[in-house]
Amino acid sequence: MSKTSIDSILEGRRSQPNQLIEVLQDIQEKYGYISEENMFTVSKELGMPVIDVYSVASFYKAFSLKPRGKNVITICTGTACHVRGAKLILNQASGQLGISSGEMTDDGQFTVEHVNCIGACALAPVVTENDTCHHHMTPGKLRKLIKSIQKKDTEEVANE
Amino acid sequence: MNKIKTFKELEEFRNKIINNRKNNTSTIVVCGGTGCKASRSKDVIDALKKEINQQGISESVHLRTTGCHGFCEQGPLVVIEPKNIFYCHVSPDDAEEIISKTIQNNETIERLLYIDPVTGKTIETETEVPFYKSQDRQILSQNRQVDPCSIDDYIAIGGYNALGKALLDISPQSIVQEVIDSGLRGRGGGGFPTGRKWAECREAPGNEKYVICNADEGDPGAYMDRCVLEGNPHLVLEGMIIGAWAIGANQGYIYVRNEYPLAVENVRIAVKQARDLGLLGENIFGTSFSFDIEIARGGGAFVCGESTALMASLEGRVGEPRPKDVHTVIDGLWHKPTTLNNVETWANIPNIIQKGSSFFASKGSKGSKGTKILALTGCIKNTGLVEVEMGTPIKTVVYDIGGGAPKGKNIKAVQTGGPSGGCIPVDKFDLPLDFDALYDAGSMIGSGGVVVMDENTCMVDVAKYFLNFLQDESCGKCVPCRLGVDRMLEIITEISDGRGKLEHISLLEELGETISYTALCGLGKTAANAVTSTLNYFKEEYEAHIKDKKCPAGVCQELISYSIDPENCTGCGVCLRGCPHEAITGEKKKVHSINLELCQKCGICRSECKFEAIIVN
Repeated sequence: MSKTSIDSILEGRRSQPNQLIEVLQDIQEKYGYISEENMFTVSKELGMPVIDVYSVASFYKAFSLKPRGKNVITICTGTACHVRGAKLILNQASGQLGISSGEMTDDGQFTVEHVNCIGACALAPVVTENDTCHHHMTPGKLRKLIKSIQKKDTEEVANE
Repeated sequence: MNKIKTFKELEEFRNKIINNRKNNTSTIVVCGGTGCKASRSKDVIDALKKEINQQGISESVHLRTTGCHGFCEQGPLVVIEPKNIFYCHVSPDDAEEIISKTIQNNETIERLLYIDPVTGKTIETETEVPFYKSQDRQILSQNRQVDPCSIDDYIAIGGYNALGKALLDISPQSIVQEVIDSGLRGRGGGGFPTGRKWAECREAPGNEKYVICNADEGDPGAYMDRCVLEGNPHLVLEGMIIGAWAIGANQGYIYVRNEYPLAVENVRIAVKQARDLGLLGENIFGTSFSFDIEIARGGGAFVCGESTALMASLEGRVGEPRPKDVHTVIDGLWHKPTTLNNVETWANIPNIIQKGSSFFASKGSKGSKGTKILALTGCIKNTGLVEVEMGTPIKTVVYDIGGGAPKGKNIKAVQTGGPSGGCIPVDKFDLPLDFDALYDAGSMIGSGGVVVMDENTCMVDVAKYFLNFLQDESCGKCVPCRLGVDRMLEIITEISDGRGKLEHISLLEELGETISYTALCGLGKTAANAVTSTLNYFKEEYEAHIKDKKCPAGVCQELISYSIDPENCTGCGVCLRGCPHEAITGEKKKVHSINLELCQKCGICRSECKFEAIIVN
C-alpha cells in the first residue's frame, strides 16, 4: 500500500484536521482496515499528531486496525435480533469457523463480527455477508451460507 | 436546470410535473426500503420493468420504487394505484401476472393478497389492512408517494410549499413561535421542547450559527430515522432549511450512521437535487437567505447520538460528551450556537408550517403532541414501523396493530426506549405511549423502539444484554459510567451464572441510583434503567436465579442443560449435523444423545429440531 494510493482520498482535504473521520472512512472502505503506514500518512497530510489519528481510529467501531478476511460475516445483535436468537447465530458462526467475534480465520477467508444494530429489526435475526443482507436467519441457514461461500472460494482457487 | 426563485415558479414547476404524468392510468409502487431490499425487492422491480416493456404499456404505467412502507415482515410489498391493491411477499415470478391481470385487466391476484392472521380474512386494499388501519401516518404515508431519488415526486405532492410559505410569508420569529405553539418535543429520546431550543439558539449572540440533523440512530431495535431519511430525504431537508431560516443559520450538517449506506446515498442525491433547483445554496427563493447542508458519516459509536459527542465527532475528534452547563444552543459546534434535532423532529416541521401548529397540537396527549413513529419488533406477529398519535395505549400497538405474539405464546413485557429505556410488564399495557407516562413507569419512549418479549425471554438476560451493550459503548470519559456499568455487569453475570446472593439485588439498586446521579451524559445517567426496571417489575425472576439457581425462561446457559427426549427423537440427524461442537452422537433412525462434556449449551440443536425432542432441564 504505497503513499500515492490514498492520494485521491486526501485530495481537497489536506491540512484540514476536521476531515479526519471522513478520510479514515474512505481508507477503511477501500482497504478494509487502517494500516499503521496510512495513519502516519494521514497525520502528516492533515497536519495533526499521529496520536490523535490513532485515538480516533481506535475509538470508532467503523475502523479496523487489523486486516479483515475476504468474507466478512456480520451478525446483528440489536435488541430485536437478540430476543429472536441472535446469540445462536453468533454461536453457529464462531463454532463453525473456530473463531470468536472480531477475529479472522487463519487462511484469511472469513472474519466474524457483530454489530449493535443495522436497522432491519423487523426481519430479525439478521446477518450481513459482505454487503448482502440475509433475514430471518437460523443456525441452519447460516451453516449453509458459510458452506456455500467456502465451496465457491475453493472452486475459484481451483480455476486459477 | 433553472433555479426556482419565486413561489409562482414552484407552482409552475409542480403543474408541469403533474401534467407530464396525466397519461399514467396506473402506478405500480414497489417498496425498496432496507427491509424489502433484503427480501430481494430489486429482482421484483427488474422483472416488473421487463414485463412492462414486453407487454408494451410503458406509456401508461408508471413504476415507482419507494422507501419503506413500514410493513417489513410482509415484504417485498407491491401496491397498485389508483385502487391501492396490496400485494405482499411478491416474487419476480409474479411480475408477468401482475402486469397482464391486474394492470391490463383489472383483476386481483388472490394468492398475493394479505390474509389477516387474526380473522383469516383475505384483504384487498392497503387501507383495509389492520396493521395500517389503526395508525395515523402523518409522516410515513408520504414514503409510499415518493421515489426518494426524485425531487419531482416530492414537489408533485406539495413538497417545498412549506419552505416557500416560511420564507416569503412568515417572519423567523413567528416560525419559532409556531413551533413552540405546536408543542413538538424532540423525537430522538430526550423530549426537549423543540420550539424552546430554537428560540434560545435564535437569541444566542453571534452571527454564525449551525443546524444539525442527528441521524446517528444507534438505539438497537429502532430504525424509524433510517426509514424517513432513506424514503423521504427531501422532507428532512425542507424541515432543516425552515429551521435554519428561523434560527439564522447558514450551514447545516446531517450526521448519519455509516451502517445505513442507502440513507447516506439517498440523502446525498437529495442535497444535490435541492442545490440544482436553488432550494439550497445562495438566495433561496430569491430572498437574501443562503443555506447549505453537508453530510458527515458517523463512525459507529453509540455515544455520538449524544449532542455534544456528536459535535465533537463532526469536528473530527473522538466522540466524547462534555458537561452541558453551557448549552449547545449557545456554545455548540465550533463553539457557535447550534440547534441539533433528530431526523423525525425535522420531518415534522414542514407539516407544522403547512397545516399550522393547532393541527399538530390537536393530536397526541397532554404533554406530548403530534404523532410518533415506533419500531415494533421482537416476539410479535406484525413487525414493522408504526406511526400513532402520542398517548396511544401500549396494548393498542401490541395487540391491534401488532397482532399479538406468534405461535400462541404469552407476551410478558415490552422494552421501550433502547438502552436508556426499561421494560414494562404486560399488566401495565394500559399505559399511554408518551414521554411522561413512560418516564413515570421507569422507562422512556426514547426514539421509539418497542421490542416485544414473550415467555421465552429471560428478564435477567435482557438486563445483562443491555449492560453488555453499554459497557461496550461507554466512551470511558466519566468514572460512574465506565466503572459503574462494569460492576453492574459483573454482579448480574454472577446472578445469571447461578452464583448470585440475595444482597446483590440491593447492591444493584444502590449502584444504579449512584450512576444515574453522577454520570456525565444521558447515556450514563440512564444506563441503569434496564436493570432497575426489570428489578422493579420482575424481581421474582432474579430471585429464581439466586435462590433456586433456575432460569424460568430456560435462557441463562450456566443454569440449564440439554438432553434428548427418546419419545420424540426420530433419529433424523438434523441436530447431529447442526451441532458446531460435535457434542451429539447417534445412528440414523435411532435415538441420539448429547455428550454433556462437549456441549457448550448454545441451543442450536433445540432451534433446529422439528420434533421438539431437545429438552431444557
